[in-house]
Amino acid sequence: METARQVCRRNLQESVEVCDGSPELHVLAVDDSLVDRKVIERLLKISSCKVTAVESGTRALQYLGLDGEKGKGSVGFDGLKVNLIMTDYSMPGMTGYELLKKIKQESSLLKEIPVVIMSSENILTRIDRCLEEGAEEYLVKPVKLADVKRLKDFIIRGEGKDSGETRIRKRRRQDDHTSLPQSVPLSSSPALAFDPLSTLMPSSSPSACSTKRAKLRI
Amino acid sequence: MDGVVQLQKQLVDYSASLFDEGILDEQFNQLQQLQDESNPDFVVEVVSLFFEDSERLLNELGKALEQQTVDFKKVDAHVHQLKGSSSSIGAQRVQKLCIGFRNYCEELNTEGCLKCLQQVKHEYSLVKTKLETLFKLERQLIAAGGSIPT
Repeated sequence: METARQVCRRNLQESVEVCDGSPELHVLAVDDSLVDRKVIERLLKISSCKVTAVESGTRALQYLGLDGEKGKGSVGFDGLKVNLIMTDYSMPGMTGYELLKKIKQESSLLKEIPVVIMSSENILTRIDRCLEEGAEEYLVKPVKLADVKRLKDFIIRGEGKDSGETRIRKRRRQDDHTSLPQSVPLSSSPALAFDPLSTLMPSSSPSACSTKRAKLRI
Repeated sequence: MDGVVQLQKQLVDYSASLFDEGILDEQFNQLQQLQDESNPDFVVEVVSLFFEDSERLLNELGKALEQQTVDFKKVDAHVHQLKGSSSSIGAQRVQKLCIGFRNYCEELNTEGCLKCLQQVKHEYSLVKTKLETLFKLERQLIAAGGSIPT
């Protein structure tokens, strides 16, 4: 029986195309603003990512097969596996936070997908809530090319990178190495613990850990 | 070649003035960085979407504030959208006005909102005219055989 980590790595290998040795991530972008969808799409494409942009949380769930139909895991209905979800926070109907919760509460491979929240508002309580619910990062809009590049590196290498930007709040794992040990048993993942007073949130949930730590073996 | 050099200088100066006057901010530069040979019209396309979106929102705002009983939640939602899209293209003055606008919404202040709407309409009109002029200068430069300085 494969461990979740092995399954995750296999899925990454299967789904990620290799072009000149550099893997192509597939990102699902969710935003109700047409202008923002166009910008994020361009930011991602210029960073060599495949993009599927949808206008609402409901559409996102439909795409991910979470709308009541038989769960297809993290494979979109067009057969492409999703490596990252970037969602706006404030959307009519389902907010990005609600979408985040639905994804993280799914007991399937779906909750393994990193979710990043984007918001024009830099509200501490909102940021905390999102990170607590399992968001990988909370980006303050407008999103920049540097943000996307950093995210991409993070996802591909399965490690956190500190950009030094103070306006972007992200969790930092206790062991923030640049090169990871070959095998990291899930059981040794740090428990979820954080100091609300600190701007850095150490550790992460075990499910997020496995995604971050699965190095791509090409 | 003299004509091209002159056009280029005109474009550079005009562009600089928009930033100096605070009409555009850094985000507009970010958008220009996303434009390349494979997507030569990206900025014009995004800005066009912004124009369409804004005109729709300004229209909705006018209607909402004319109502007997103003639905401030609705007004706020529209302003929030306008604030977001203006921020995304770097229309700094419009974005800043939206912040004040939202405060009036919170205070349920119809008069304040109406005043803000007028100001936003004015600034929107200004940034639209300026950007259209900028794009025209770019087209003229390219037509004369020049290239847009990065």
